[in-house]
Formats: sequence, structure tokens, C-alpha cells
Amino acid sequence: MTRGRFVTLAMAAGFAFLWLPILLLVGYAFSADRIPFQWGGFSLRWFAALAADDRVIEAASLSLRIATGAASLAVLLGGAAGWGLARYGRFRGRALFGALIGAPLVLPEVVTGLSLLLLFVALESVTGWPAGRGALTVLLAHATLGAAFVAVVVQARLTETDRSLEEAAMDLGATPFIAFRTITLPLIAPALAAGWLLAFTLSLDDVVIASFVSGPAGTTLPMALFAMLRLGLTPEVNALGAVVVIGVGSVLILAALLLRRSDSR
Amino acid sequence: MKGRLAVLLPVWAWLLVFVAAPAAILLAIALAEADSGVPPFRLAWSLTGFATLAEDRYYLDAVLTALRIAAMTATGCLLIAYPMAMGIARAAPGRRMLLLALLMLPFWTGFLLRVGAWIGLLRDQGWINGMLMALGITEAPLPLLYSEGAMLVGMVHSYLPFAVLPLFAALLRLDPTLGEAAADLGAGPATAFVTVTLPVTAPAAAAGFLLVFIPAAGEFVIPELMGPPEAQLVGRVLWQEFFQNHDWPVAAALALALLLLLLVPIRLFQRLEARP
Repeated sequence: MTRGRFVTLAMAAGFAFLWLPILLLVGYAFSADRIPFQWGGFSLRWFAALAADDRVIEAASLSLRIATGAASLAVLLGGAAGWGLARYGRFRGRALFGALIGAPLVLPEVVTGLSLLLLFVALESVTGWPAGRGALTVLLAHATLGAAFVAVVVQARLTETDRSLEEAAMDLGATPFIAFRTITLPLIAPALAAGWLLAFTLSLDDVVIASFVSGPAGTTLPMALFAMLRLGLTPEVNALGAVVVIGVGSVLILAALLLRRSDSR
Repeated sequence: MKGRLAVLLPVWAWLLVFVAAPAAILLAIALAEADSGVPPFRLAWSLTGFATLAEDRYYLDAVLTALRIAAMTATGCLLIAYPMAMGIARAAPGRRMLLLALLMLPFWTGFLLRVGAWIGLLRDQGWINGMLMALGITEAPLPLLYSEGAMLVGMVHSYLPFAVLPLFAALLRLDPTLGEAAADLGAGPATAFVTVTLPVTAPAAAAGFLLVFIPAAGEFVIPELMGPPEAQLVGRVLWQEFFQNHDWPVAAALALALLLLLLVPIRLFQRLEARP
């Protein structure tokens, strides 16, 4: 067998390994059978059951709100951090600054979760804030995590953009703020958007940190899903999987089509 | 200068409160003494937490098991990632984008859902056992789930893209004429791979290995949902000490121990990343 054939076959096997469980999860969401991953004829009953499950719907809406807030905060913080690292040279404390902003990238989730919970407990006992734990503490934790990723993306983008455009604007009399708004911001906008999306996804996907820093009133979707999987699989998990995969897939296809259209103009 | 301060000051404040302070508090609580109050510790300068870790073989085993499982996961990921990265790198540009999208899309669909899918495939009434029994290969369901193998499959599946991406980036930079030269000089595909591709991509392979190894060493969710009860990895033990035994000092000491152990691979990874 030639090398090309072997590589193609092995690659196809790799993709099958990656995708087969996901496709089966989605496919069996349309099965009427009570036992997940058993075919009992076509049915949408598990989607109806999912829509009627208040716990899941509430958790999903809470998760979406936390992820939106955390990603937006992460873009502000991570954007400023990436800007500082790329543009301010060797400012005082730069090494410590870089280590602190990057720490959540490399820390194990259990360590981040535990240490943030201990912080919230200590803060509450000293200052009375935050009163109890829940959505707010999860949002703060996820913003810290997301900012680390945004900073990397923004710093990389700024290092490869041309500073002379900004300088030219300022030579022509633009204030630093106007130069930033009219020149730099449009240049780094794609990085900010990508960073926002990354922080949003990380927040929606996190169960470990959220389990540590949340309280009884703050059950996120991954926390609810984790509890469901611990008790045993139900076809509702399949239905949720189908909603997420089909939803994410169509958003991505739409985005690709829009990009292609704007490219061809 | 004023502008600089306005940009950096809020970030500094945030990082000191939400990154530096938690680390300091973690250390303080690792040195505290367990107590039956709320919260369940009394501040002290005590090494009881660390002494518990050193004395009880259970904790050392948990760390060693976690390191072994993380190394096996990273190795498994690299074995599958090599041909995938090679296939994607040599595809035509349009197709390459599609393959990369197929690689990253599972990452966007939620990792717990993928674990759920594997549970549905591997459990006793699962899809694989259903197929095996329908084909008459086995009469009773095989105990596939809640085994070390199931846990490894779940972890390799979760972390696979992290191993493919650095290899793919290195292979794109690889000069294709090197492989052709090797072939012209009579090297078979296997020889060309071992003598050309492997040495050139070794740093990227090491980066991919560490990118999987570092998070896998602290993994909690997959061992908990797919592993056997006796697979006490350090992430799982930390969780139990905290949530079930309410022994905060031991949990904090365990977190610091895990952190210290990971410092070497983390520094190694950062050095690999900083290479020109």
C-alpha cells in the first residue's frame, strides 16, 4: 500500500472515531424507544420531553446569560491585557502581569475552581460580598478564565498588525483615542470577536469550575447535564445533543456562507 | 503614561483579586487545620494537610495514577493525531478548511454531550453491546463502561484536537521537497516518515503531548462518569476530599501538590511555544 493511501485511510478512521459517537447521539434523538441508543421508530417525543423539562430550560437560560456576561467582561479585560502586553513594551511588573493573566490557561480546572471558591468564601467573611454563591460568582470565575484566552488572541493579532497606520493617524492630528477607535479597533475587531466566542463557549462547556463556585440557586446547564449523566443516560440527553449539534452546525454553515459572499464581492 | 495606567490598572486589580489572591488563600488553607465549624477550618501554621498527603499511600497512588492515565491519553492522542494532521496538511486548500472545521466542530458541541454519547455506546444496554448481541458475537453484555479502557477512550476523544493542531501547523511549514528527496533516494514511505517527518515535527509532537497531558492530569469529569470506581485520580480525590469529606486543608494541599508536579510540563510547554 502506498503512503498516501495509508495516511488517507488512517485519517478517515480518526474522523470516524471523532464523529461516530456524535452522529449516533443525534440520530437516536429521533427514536421513540425509552432506552437511549435503541431504535424504536421515528418520534419527536424526546424533544417534547426536553422542552417540558423546566430544570433543563432554566439551567440553559441561566448558562446563556452567564456565558454572555462572562464573555463580554472577558473581552474588556483580556483586550486591555493583550493591548498592554503587545504595546507597552517592558512596563513595570510585566512578567508578573503575563504570568497572572495566563495562569488560567495552564491551571487544572479543579485547582482554579477550588482556589476561586476559597476566595469567595474568604471575601464574604471579611467584606460581606459576594453574599452567597451562584450565578454572579460563576460569571466572575468564567470572566477570569475567558480573559486569559482573549488576551492571547488579541496580543497575537496586535503584534502582527502594522503600527504605522496608527502613528500616521496621530501625525495627522488624531488624538490617541480617535486613532484607536478609527484605526486599531477595526483591525483587532476579528480577534475580539473570536475571543468573545471562545470565552462564551468555554463558559457554556464548564462544569468543574462552576460546580465549585456556584451555590444552590445557580445550576448551570453543564451542571444539570452532569447530574443527569451521573444518574444514568436518558433519551433527553440525545435530544439536547441534537439541538446543540444542529444549532451550532447551522450557525457555522451560515457564517461560512456569509463569509464566502462577502469575500466574492 | 496616564492612558497606560487607565488601561492596565483595572486589569491589575482584577488579576490581583481573582488570580493572585486565590493562590495565596489556597496556600493559607493548605496550612490551616481541619475543624468542624463553618467554614470547616481554623487558620494556623500547620503542616497537617501536607503530612496527611505524605503519610497516606492513597494520595501518592492518586497522583501516580493520574500521571499514568494522562501520559497514556496523550500518547493515544498523538498516535491518532499524526495521520490526521498529515492528511489535513496535504489536502487541497479548500478541502483543508472543511477538514479543519470537521476537527474543531466537536469542540464546539460541548464536551459533556460527547461523554454522554460514549456512555450511550459503551454501557450494558448500549449501542455496541446491542450490536454484538444482535450479531451473536456475545450472549451477555460485555462490561465495557466503567473501565480504565472506557475512561481512556473518553479522554482521547475529548483532547484529540489539541494534539492534531500543533502537528498540523508544523507539517504545513514542512518543506514537501524533503519527503520527495527522501523518496528519490530510495526511502520507502515508512523510512521517509521515520527519518524526515518525525524528527522535523518532534517539537510540535512534544507540544501536542503536553497540551493534552497538562489538563488530563487534573481531569475529574471523565474518570467520574466513565472510569471504574477504583480509578482514584488526583482530580477525583481532590473533589471528594472537598465535597464529601469537607477536609478543605487536605484538598488545598492536594491542589498545591498537583500544581507543583505540573510546573515542569508547563514550563516545558512554554519553552516549546517560545521557540522561533
